[in-house]
Amino acid sequence: MSISLFDIIGPRMIGPSSSHTAGAVRIGQVANRLVNGKVKAARVTLYGSFAETGRGHGTDTAIVAGILGVDPDQGTLRYAKLLAKEADVDIPVFFSSEEPEHPNTARVYVQGEDGKEYTYIGTSIGGGRICVTSINGMEVSFSGEYPTLICFHQDAPGIISKVTSILALEKINVAFMKVFRSERRQGACMVIETDTPVDEATRRRIVNNVDGITEACTL
Amino acid sequence: MIEHTFLNGQELLDICHGEQIPISEAAILAELSREEMDRDEIMREMSLNLEVMRESIRVGLEEQQISITGLMGEDADKLMAFADYAVMGQEMTKIVASAMAVTEVNASMGRIVAAPTAGASGILPAVLIQYGDAHDLSEEQLIAGLCNAGAIGMIIAHNASIAGASGGCQAETGSAAAMAASALTELRGGTPDMCLHAAAIALKNVMGLVCDPVAGLVECPCIKRNAIGAANAVLCSDMVMAGIESIIPFDEVVTAMRNVGRMMNPDLRETARGGIAATPTAQKIAEKIRSFE
Repeated sequence: MSISLFDIIGPRMIGPSSSHTAGAVRIGQVANRLVNGKVKAARVTLYGSFAETGRGHGTDTAIVAGILGVDPDQGTLRYAKLLAKEADVDIPVFFSSEEPEHPNTARVYVQGEDGKEYTYIGTSIGGGRICVTSINGMEVSFSGEYPTLICFHQDAPGIISKVTSILALEKINVAFMKVFRSERRQGACMVIETDTPVDEATRRRIVNNVDGITEACTL
Repeated sequence: MIEHTFLNGQELLDICHGEQIPISEAAILAELSREEMDRDEIMREMSLNLEVMRESIRVGLEEQQISITGLMGEDADKLMAFADYAVMGQEMTKIVASAMAVTEVNASMGRIVAAPTAGASGILPAVLIQYGDAHDLSEEQLIAGLCNAGAIGMIIAHNASIAGASGGCQAETGSAAAMAASALTELRGGTPDMCLHAAAIALKNVMGLVCDPVAGLVECPCIKRNAIGAANAVLCSDMVMAGIESIIPFDEVVTAMRNVGRMMNPDLRETARGGIAATPTAQKIAEKIRSFE
C-alpha cells in the first residue's frame, strides 16, 4: 500500500485544518527556503477557499508563519504576525475573489536579504501536502517534501546531463526530476528533487560551469 | 523479508491469522516493508504522536480555549463538570468530553495529531487515552492501539476516503470512530476479526453523514460530531465484546461508504453550501466572520 501508517496517525500539527493551516505553512516555507531563511519582504495573495475561509482557519497567519520558517507543529505559529512585526519583516496578506484553478491556492512573492526575488504559486492538496505549480512565471510541479534544486535554463541539448553529472560528482542522489519549458528552444526549467540537500557551493558550480543555465535556486 | 502489505480488511486478516499476530503488529510489519523506518523509529514516532495527543486532551480540559471565530471553546469543560450526573456514566463522559476538548484545541490553533484528519482529531486520542488511564494500560499498549487504528485508517483511505471534501463527514469522524472502535477492541483482548466487526459497525452507524461546516470552519458541528464519534467507537467496541457481529463485512461497508461519498452532492462535502451550513443561523454567522479583518 502506498499509504504510510503516519499518513493516518499524524501529522502532529497546529489546527484547525491540515489543508488550510498545515498546508498553508508548507506553502509559506517554500519562500523561506528559497531565500535561505533570510526574508527581507514578502507578500501573499490567497485565492478560492483559502480566501473565503482563510480568516477562520488562520490561513493568513499560517502562511506568514511558514515564510518566517515556523514549522506546522510549532506553538509559535499562531503568533506569526507578531513575530513578523518583531523581526521587522513586512508581510501583507491579501484576499482575492478571483477564481483559481485549484480551490486552495496562494501566490507568494518573497525578496531575500540578498535582493533576489521569487514569485510562486502553491496549492494545498490535502493532508498538509502541497504542490508548487509555478515559479517566476514558469509552470512547474513539485511538493517541497524533498530538498529541491530548481534550474532555469535555455531549452537546448546537453544541459540536463551536465547538471546531473555535477550532482553525481557530489554524490547527491536524484529522487525525482522533471523538466518544464515555455516553448521549444525558449526558456526551460528543471526541477530536481534529491535525497540530500544541494549545498551553496554545488549550486554555484552549476550556475558558473553549465552554459545555458540562467539561474539556480534551492529549497 | 516477507511482504506484509494489505490493501483491504480480508488481506489484513489473512496476515493476522497466518502469523498469529494482532492488527497492531500487522500494521507495524506493513510500515516496516516500506523500508523507510526501522521498528525503533516507528515506535518513537508513534510515542511522540501519543504524547501530543495526551497533551491536547490536557490543554483542552484544563486551559481555556477560544476558537478563532470565538464561536466555540467551553463545551468540553461543561460536559466534564457534568460527569457525576451523566446518564452515560463517568467513563463515557470523560471520553466524550476529551474528544470535544481536543477538537476545541484544534479550533483554537492549538497542537493536535491528525487522526486521520484534524477535523476528526478528537476521537481516537479520547477513546484510547481515557480508556487506558482508567484501566492502567501501558504506553506500549496505547501505541499498539494507535497502530491498530492506523491499519483501519489505511484501508479506508485506500479503498474509500478519509477526506470530508470527497466523502463527507462519514469519511472523517466515521473513519476515526471505526479506527478507535477497532483499536479499543484489540486493547480489550478482542481478536482481529472482532476489531473489523467493530470498525464495520461504526462506519455503518454514520453511513451518509454529510460534511457541512458552518462558515466552512472546523468548529460547528465538528466539535460535537467528534463527541458522537467517540461514543460511536465505544458503543461498537462494547457491542462486539458482547458477541455481536457486523452482518456486512468490513470491506463491503468500506466500499459502500465510498459509493455513498460519490453519490453525495458536492454541497454536502465540506463546501459549506448544504446541511447545517445552509441554515439561516449558519449563514448569519458566516456573514459575521466574513466581515472580520
